[in-house]
Amino acid sequence: MKPGFSDPVFGAQSGFAALMNAMARPGRIQDCNALHEPPPGLDPAAAAALLTLADAETPLWTDAEGEARDWIAFHTGAPLVEDVARAQFLLATRAMPALASVDLGTDETPQDSATLIVQVATLDDASGWRLTGPGIQHEHRLTVTGLPADFAVQWARNRTHFPRGVDVVLCAGTRLAGLPRTTRITEDR
Amino acid sequence: MNAMPPRNTPGSAYNFAYLDEATKRMIRRAILKALAIPGHQIPFGAREMPLPYGWGTGGIQVTAAILGPRDVLKVIDQGADDTTNAVSIRAFFAKVAGIATTTRTAEATIIQTRHRIPERPLTEGQVMVFQVPMPEPLFRLEPRLAETRRLHALGDYSLAQVKLYEDIAKQGEAGTSYNHPVMVAGRYLMSPSPIPGFDNPKLHNSPAIMLFGAGREKKIYAVPPYTAVESLDFDDHPFRPMRAPHACSACGSTTSYLDEIVADDQGGRIYVCSDTDHCRENQTP
Repeated sequence: MKPGFSDPVFGAQSGFAALMNAMARPGRIQDCNALHEPPPGLDPAAAAALLTLADAETPLWTDAEGEARDWIAFHTGAPLVEDVARAQFLLATRAMPALASVDLGTDETPQDSATLIVQVATLDDASGWRLTGPGIQHEHRLTVTGLPADFAVQWARNRTHFPRGVDVVLCAGTRLAGLPRTTRITEDR
Repeated sequence: MNAMPPRNTPGSAYNFAYLDEATKRMIRRAILKALAIPGHQIPFGAREMPLPYGWGTGGIQVTAAILGPRDVLKVIDQGADDTTNAVSIRAFFAKVAGIATTTRTAEATIIQTRHRIPERPLTEGQVMVFQVPMPEPLFRLEPRLAETRRLHALGDYSLAQVKLYEDIAKQGEAGTSYNHPVMVAGRYLMSPSPIPGFDNPKLHNSPAIMLFGAGREKKIYAVPPYTAVESLDFDDHPFRPMRAPHACSACGSTTSYLDEIVADDQGGRIYVCSDTDHCRENQTP
């Protein structure tokens, strides 16, 4: 089996720094190369995000199979669940679960909502969607390939539940970008 | 991110930055959700720290969870780098994390603060960590936490507005010169921690990440960069940040926040900058 972080303390710290900046500045692409040898099927950024955040206290859903699934179970110690709605973290390596199907938290405890980590094909912040909201001075741009065609529609619906809602981390290779529930996506027509 | 310094050796007495990794993960998860829901208080399992509640245990735990080996830490207490609380916390992290510390706002990547925001404008690379004694802005108006949670869920802040109305009706102005509640991103009422009202406008659309940690009350909350933060007020009584109408005796600044100091036994007073780094910068030509 492939190893986890070569240094668990500083690996997790630099992984978290990327995740915190990604959540604080939606759509700004962060480098996350703390994990040097991810298992087959997992992007370094997505695998590092799981190692940084998931543990025995966080039910985890993933569609990863075989060695990648074993790697996640072994290195995070998180209980793997079959039911999407029961997971605190979700890692989608192929088809993303519908945003409405995951735990959105409650109005009093919106922090109990799930965080969805999605492996996508590419991320590019030079053009594409126009993102606005907290964390964004004027607007950020983001192009994502590899998301469902109706993602922007699902996202708009997710925003209507605020303060409930799912937060998304998009990962491609060693890069990641955050979409907290507050971010508004406008598609260029 | 290669070639991390080998500070986390079995020979050292503590894990890097004191907290164990499981605790850091728990705090980190809370910080990410706090950034996703600006102004919303998130409960966390605050640990016992090697200093008493009320001395910044919440801020220290947040700092420990985000701190990396390349960070440069500044700690201020009421704007000053040289007070007991600031000196102790700086020394604590220098010891348990071996990181660089500074008193200069411009050089710091993390600034832990008790009750002030530096005068020098913050930048995108900086994180402010506030020590919070009482995170609940409705605390004096509604003592039941279960009820305040419900009011936050409903966005019902009429209690705070009535309190502000009564203050203005009785005294002609808001009754709070510090810890004046703010609305974050138009949704959550938030305690800015006991910073003076003078500092409230610095929370609005700041380029820096603002994290708040309350150790005794076990809550974490956050304001992301470039987020609207408005002091609670009325259209016909807009919020006015207050400042002593004097110049600093040391540097002559007429724009910085001032501390009043009794200078003799004849009732004499002088005023000096509360932000010691800002004052020193002003004095060096």
